[in-house]
Amino acid sequence: MEQIIFGVLALFAVATALLTITRRNPVSAAMWLVGHFATLGGLYLTLNAQFIAVIQVLVYAGAIMVLVLFVIMLLNITKEEKAKAKMTPKNMLGVGAVVVLGLEICAIIWSGTKDSPQTLSVQSAQIGTVEYIGHQLFTQYSFPFEAISFVLLAAIIGAVMLAKKNVD
Amino acid sequence: MQNIPLNWYLIVGAVLFMIGAAGVVTRRNAIIIFMSIELMLNAVNLTLVAFSSFLGNVNGQMLVFFVMTVAAAESAVGLAIVISLFRNKQTVNVNEINILKW
Repeated sequence: MEQIIFGVLALFAVATALLTITRRNPVSAAMWLVGHFATLGGLYLTLNAQFIAVIQVLVYAGAIMVLVLFVIMLLNITKEEKAKAKMTPKNMLGVGAVVVLGLEICAIIWSGTKDSPQTLSVQSAQIGTVEYIGHQLFTQYSFPFEAISFVLLAAIIGAVMLAKKNVD
Repeated sequence: MQNIPLNWYLIVGAVLFMIGAAGVVTRRNAIIIFMSIELMLNAVNLTLVAFSSFLGNVNGQMLVFFVMTVAAAESAVGLAIVISLFRNKQTVNVNEINILKW
């Protein structure tokens, strides 16, 4: 039963990713990407990572994609011009190189993890909870936690400075 | 206890990473390139969480937490760059942003 759920979720994730990168209309691509992020949240739930699953849907599907859609609507971006540069040799070479690299990586993973764990660890349900990750954030990872607030501050200041109109 | 080996999660992560890389290489719209970069980041997140759950180590999920935060910050700054680029050149087609080309 779990294999069916994993198979459906993995197939959805790959299908929505492929649909995202092939759409002409940026809004369609953004919608498929939202579906992809929700599917990844389901995959995280199969791994007992409850906190990460909820944060994935909240942050990625809920905040980042809304920001991307706002920008698309603000700049009024319509469909790309029809495929004049679709099947150029450069494009085929690029996609071909990526496919070859992907097959190599999959072969390495398949042959190199023969004796990898076959089932989830017994602690996976405990370490995925909000309490455990919160406890780690405030004890062992408190320095990165404070440092990430500086990263967010720099990003906010940078975004405001870049996007405001120059009135000089 | 589920019986899906670790390989399968890693291969799904690798395939998603390659799809994102193909999107970055092929597309010309700056916002779709940005979305492909987010695809790659999510593939890495999936790999990290898979390792964390299968080995019982919480460090993978902590790293995913910080990767998501950095990705959110990077998306804000990246989209601000796209907006200011559009304000100057009226296009998001990366082939037309070539004033540094020799």
